[in-house]
Amino acid sequence: MSVKELEKTATLEHAGDGQHHGDGILGEQFETLEQQNTSYLIGMWAFIVQEVLFFGAIFAAYAIYRFKYVTEFTLAHHELSVPFGTLNTFVLLFSSYTMARAVRAAMQNRHKKQAFYLFLTFLFAGVFMVNKYFEYSAKFEHHLFPGGDYDAHKVVKHAKEKGELRVVEENGREFYELGKTRDGQFTAFTKVTPEEFEQRTRLFFGFYFVMTGLHGLHVLIGMIIIGILIGRAWIDHLKNKPIADFMPVEMTGLYWHLVDIVWIFLFPLLYLIGR
Amino acid sequence: MATATYTGTEKPNYLNWKTTVASWLLTYDHKRIAILYLVSISIFFLLGGLAAAFIRLDLATPKGDLLTSDIYNKMFTTHGVIMIFLFLIPSIPAVFGNFLLPLMIGARDVAFPRLNLLSWYFFMAGALLVLIALFRGGIDTGWTFYTPYSSSFAKGEVSLAIVGVFLAGFASIFTGINFLVTIHKMRAPGMTWFRLPLFVWAMYATSLIQVLGTPVVAITLLLVAVERTFRIGIFDPNLGGDPILYQHLFWFYSHPAVYIMILPAMGVISEVLSAFSKRRVFGYHFVAFSSLAIAIIGFLVWGHHMFSTGQSMYAGIVFSFLTWIVAIPSAIKIFNWMATIWKGRVHWDTPMLYALGFMGLFVIGGLTGLHLAAMATNVHLTDTYFIVAHFHYVMVGGAIMGYLAALHFWWPKMTGRMYPEGWGKLAAMLVFVGFNLTFFPQFILGYMGMPRRYHSYPEEWAVLNVLSTAGSSVLGFGYLLPVIYLTWSLKYGKVVTERNPWGARGLEWELVDPVPDPHNFERIPIVTRPAYDYAHPEEPTGFVPKPRPVVVGGKDG
Repeated sequence: MSVKELEKTATLEHAGDGQHHGDGILGEQFETLEQQNTSYLIGMWAFIVQEVLFFGAIFAAYAIYRFKYVTEFTLAHHELSVPFGTLNTFVLLFSSYTMARAVRAAMQNRHKKQAFYLFLTFLFAGVFMVNKYFEYSAKFEHHLFPGGDYDAHKVVKHAKEKGELRVVEENGREFYELGKTRDGQFTAFTKVTPEEFEQRTRLFFGFYFVMTGLHGLHVLIGMIIIGILIGRAWIDHLKNKPIADFMPVEMTGLYWHLVDIVWIFLFPLLYLIGR
Repeated sequence: MATATYTGTEKPNYLNWKTTVASWLLTYDHKRIAILYLVSISIFFLLGGLAAAFIRLDLATPKGDLLTSDIYNKMFTTHGVIMIFLFLIPSIPAVFGNFLLPLMIGARDVAFPRLNLLSWYFFMAGALLVLIALFRGGIDTGWTFYTPYSSSFAKGEVSLAIVGVFLAGFASIFTGINFLVTIHKMRAPGMTWFRLPLFVWAMYATSLIQVLGTPVVAITLLLVAVERTFRIGIFDPNLGGDPILYQHLFWFYSHPAVYIMILPAMGVISEVLSAFSKRRVFGYHFVAFSSLAIAIIGFLVWGHHMFSTGQSMYAGIVFSFLTWIVAIPSAIKIFNWMATIWKGRVHWDTPMLYALGFMGLFVIGGLTGLHLAAMATNVHLTDTYFIVAHFHYVMVGGAIMGYLAALHFWWPKMTGRMYPEGWGKLAAMLVFVGFNLTFFPQFILGYMGMPRRYHSYPEEWAVLNVLSTAGSSVLGFGYLLPVIYLTWSLKYGKVVTERNPWGARGLEWELVDPVPDPHNFERIPIVTRPAYDYAHPEEPTGFVPKPRPVVVGGKDG
C-alpha cells in the first residue's frame, strides 16, 4: 500500500472515533468497534484454549488411571448416580440453548428478552448446582469423599451383590478378586489387597471430586457473571437504551458453552464407564 | 480520592501526570503496570539473590559450616521458587513486554488494560502466599516440587506455596492472552507482521507458551496440593499413584517455561545489537520464525528431564533427538546476530556490553545443553553441578543479561533519566566476570561428579567451590551496582531531552516526547518503513497522520 492509501484508510478509521469513544462502548485503546469486538473474541478463544489445556491435563491423568485400574474404577463408578448425572446433562444443555438465545437477543438489542433468557440460564445453572449439592452430600454421607473418613465398604458391598467381587483368603490374608459372574460362574480379572482396593477407589473418587469440583467452580463463576449481566440488561431495558454492547454476553456465552462441553466429557467418563 | 492532576510547567508524561498512590495501584496504563511489575520483581530478585548468596557461602567449605543441611535445602528451594516463578517468568514479558509492546506496534494500550492490571494483582497475591510459606518455616522440596516428596513427606507450607505459584501462573496466562491479542489486533496501519520489531515476534512466541503451557502446570500443582490434603494417590506410589506422571505433566510446562525466560531476552538482544551496530538485523525473517520454532519445538522436548527417572528408552531417544533440533533455531539466531554486527558501527555502550555478554554465555549454555540432551552423557551428568552450570548459563547468562540490557537500553525512555555510563560499563564487566567465575567451575565440578543440591562435598572439590563462591560475590556486587546507580539516577541522573538518545529505530523512539505521554500517541501513526531501517536514518519509521488536540483525563479513571 502506498503512503497515500494508508493515510486514507487511517483517516477513515479515525472518522468515527469521537462518536464511538464517547458512548461508553468503544474502549480508549481501540480505534474501531470492529477491532474491539474481534479483539475480545480472539482473547476469549485464547482463554478457552487455556481452559482446554487446564482440564486436558487432568483428563489425561484420569485416562491413565482409568486404564491402569480399570476394574477398580468401574466398580467405584457404580456409586455415582446416573439419573442425577443425566438430569444435570440435560439441564446444562438447555442452559446452553437459553444462553445462545440470550446472545441473539443481545445482538438485536432486545434487552428485556436478553434479561429473560439470561435469567433462565442462571436458573438452570442453579438447578445444576443444587443437584450437585445433593450428589455431593450423598457421597459424604456414604463416606465416599476421599477425606479422613473415606471407606470403600459400600463399593465392596455393591460389587459383591453384583457378583463382581469375591473375598478370598490366602495364607491367612484377605484378598479381593475382581471380575464378573456369568451363568453362576465367577471369572476373576485381577486380585488386589483390601488396602489397594481402598486406595484405587479412593483415587477414583478423588478424580470425581476434583474434576466435578473444578467444573462446579466454573459454573459458579459463570453464575456470578450471568447475574451481573442480567442486572445490566435489565437496567438497559428500564432506560430504554437503543444500543448496548453485546460483546460481554457473547463472551459469556462462549465461556458457558465451554463449561457445558467440559461436562459433556465428564459425564460419560465418570458416570457411564463400563456400561 | 483526591486527584492530584498534573499542574507543572513541563509537558505531562505518564509518570507525573497523576501522582496519587491510587493512580498507580488502579492504573490501566500498560506503562505504569510495567513499572509496578519492575518494582515488585526487583524486590524478589534481591530476595532470591540473597538466598543464592547463602548457598554459595555455605558451599565455601566442604562441610558446609554456615547452614544446617535442613536450612540449606530450604535456601535452594527459596532461591529456585523465587527466581523462577517470581522473577524470571515475569521479568522481560511483564516489564518490557508491557511497556514496549503497544509503543512498538503503534497502539494506545494493550488490548485488555483491565486484565493487565488484574494480572499484576494475581502475581502479587501469588507472591504473597509464596513469601508467607517461606517465612513460616520455609519449604524444602526444590523448585520442582517433585512427588512423592512434596505430596507425602515434605514438612512446611508446601500447599500454600503451590497455591501461590498457581496464582502467579494465571498472572502469566493473562499477560500471554493480552499480548497475543494485542499483537494480532492492535498494530498501527502499515505495521505489517514483517515490519514488527523482532522483540514483538519474540513476545508473540513467548505468549503462545504462556497460554498453552501454564494451565498444565497449574492443574498439576493443584493436584499435588490435593494429594497432600486428602491423601489421594495421584502421584505417590505408596498410595497407588505414579510419580513419573507428575514429572511428565510438570515438565510439559516447565521445559517450555525455559523458553518463556529466554525468548524475550533474545528479542531484546535483536533490538540492542541492531541499535548499537546501526544495522538492520541480518536475516530478519529467519530470526522471527526461529522464535516461533523454538516455542513450538520447545513443547516436544520435556522428556529430556526424565532420561534417568524411569521413562521408556524409546521415548528417551525421540526426546533426545527433538531436543537437538532446538539447537537449530537457536543457532540461526546466534549466527544472524553475528552477521548483524559484522561490518556494523559498533558502539560499546552498556546495553551492548550486556548483549555481547549474552551471546557468549548463551552459546556456552546452549552447547552444554546438547551434552545433556545426549542420553549417554546425560546418565553421567544428570543431577550434577554440570546441570546447575548449564541452566544458569542459559537463565542467568542469557535471560538476566538480556533483562539488564533491556533495563539500560530503555531506561531513558522509561524514566526520562540517563544512568551513569561509566558505572554501567563497570557493572556489566563485573557481572560478566563474576558470572563466569561462579558458574564455569561448576561445569568441571559436575563433570567430576559433584551432585547438585548437596550440602557438603569431599575436600578435593574445595578449590573449585571456593572459586565459585568468590565469583558469586563479584557477581552479587555486579548486580547490586545497577540497583544502586539506577535508583540514584531517578533523582540525579542526567535528564534526557532528546527523544532518541541512542539513535535507534522503532516507533518507541519516535514518540514526540522523551518520556511517553499517558496516551502514547496523539494519533495512531502510520507505518511506512520496515523495522531497523538504519540504512535510511533520515526517514522515520512511521508518521502521524494529522494533529489532534491531546485529550487529558479519562484514561486512569
